[in-house]
Amino acid sequence: MLRAQGRAVHQGDSGWVPVFVDREQSISLMSVGFLLEQPDEALVWRGPRKNALIKQFVSDVAWGQLDYLVVDTPPGTSDEHMAVVDALRPYSPLGALVVTTPQAVSVGDVRRELTFCRKVGLRVIGLVENMSGFVCPHCSECTNVFSKGGGEELARHAGVPFLGSVPLDPELTQSLEDGRDFIQDFPDSPAFPALSSIAQKILSETPVGLS
Amino acid sequence: MKSVKHKILVLSGKGGVGKSTFSAHLAHGLAEDENTQVALLDIDICGPSIPKIMGLEGEQVHQSGSGWSPVFLEDNLGVMSVGFLLSSPDDAVIWRGPKKNGMIKQFLRDVDWGGVDYLIVDTPPGTSDEHLSVVQYLAAAHIDGAVIITTPQEVSLQDVRKEISFCHKVKLPIIGVVENMSGFICPKCQKESQIFPPTTGGAEAMCQDLKIPLLGKVPLDPRIGKSCDKGQSFLVEAPDSPATVAYRSIIQRIQEFCSQRLPEGENLVGS
Repeated sequence: MLRAQGRAVHQGDSGWVPVFVDREQSISLMSVGFLLEQPDEALVWRGPRKNALIKQFVSDVAWGQLDYLVVDTPPGTSDEHMAVVDALRPYSPLGALVVTTPQAVSVGDVRRELTFCRKVGLRVIGLVENMSGFVCPHCSECTNVFSKGGGEELARHAGVPFLGSVPLDPELTQSLEDGRDFIQDFPDSPAFPALSSIAQKILSETPVGLS
Repeated sequence: MKSVKHKILVLSGKGGVGKSTFSAHLAHGLAEDENTQVALLDIDICGPSIPKIMGLEGEQVHQSGSGWSPVFLEDNLGVMSVGFLLSSPDDAVIWRGPKKNGMIKQFLRDVDWGGVDYLIVDTPPGTSDEHLSVVQYLAAAHIDGAVIITTPQEVSLQDVRKEISFCHKVKLPIIGVVENMSGFICPKCQKESQIFPPTTGGAEAMCQDLKIPLLGKVPLDPRIGKSCDKGQSFLVEAPDSPATVAYRSIIQRIQEFCSQRLPEGENLVGS
């Protein structure tokens, strides 16, 4: 999604060197995807092996000076989630950004994710309702393809901040497929104001003077 | 497992592509023939959505002399999920691999399914503990094959190729691929849009490339999500939807695949 496929991870003096995805070198990336010999190779690993790699990603990567470390996780409340919480605990994480789609079936699983956060002492920065409505490019009619409002309702029920709803936008999907910078290329997209506002809310959450 | 004729795993590389929705409707579709006994097993331990999709939230599992009883939606449709063992919808199952594997073993060994024509196993996304365990535990009992669910875009297909690679690695036959959320018809202007664009040719191109059957393409119909939320069969709620037509055709192809596989103990004619 960040047009970094096929790049390699190198060993430096202070650890693995993450891959920079932009010219300004403002975004670096680490993923097991960089360690595969073939892109279609399946990583058929059980929990302990995954946990070990996640630990390494936190401790053995030479991240350098970072303002934000964003960790993308798979769905669930299992090995990967416990491993990353354990590995990051000494560094006082800001918290978790929890994403749901609007419909009840999705919200039903995300309720359990919120319980996980509470049980492991991970603060919830807020909840995002993704894929919230689709605006037909032909007639501008908005259809709630995956229902609407479930995320906001869950946030209210669980007492966590609701950060916003992001609508479905095929141009966003297309950008991710092409590895383009969506915000640069499609500032007029209906998804842009939503994503922007969520980013702003997170920035405003950052304590002043955080080193 | 001796009393189970056909076993189908529903897999995906990616989350959110509609695997559980598909598993549920495969079960509904097969069970429409009241002479077909269908069992639906949900092994997504952390995100057990099947009870909700099947309208069975809040149901409990009972123990009997012959093992755990599945929850029956119909006389010929039984369901098992960790969801039935949780007391609250907020309960999180924070388990590592070995504990999840133990649960899956119990589901396969201790549930009294009775005589079943089709056992459908809904899985979480990925190629990890749950998938290895179910393949290993069912190895002796012959799995008919896997149905792999994807959405049209490359980011999803990339993960499906890994799932296909997993199937080859563990020698699991592939029944075919289903392309979900394949096009959306606007209810107002009736024009089609690709919400998840098939940037690299979609599942069709991938299946041609890898010589794997494309079982069908299911368009996005907002009524599907609504039916699942209400715990109703979309096939019954929206019989005229192009999505229902697609589902029925895919279900038929799966049945045809399974009927070509001989049940245990029968020999090939002439051998």
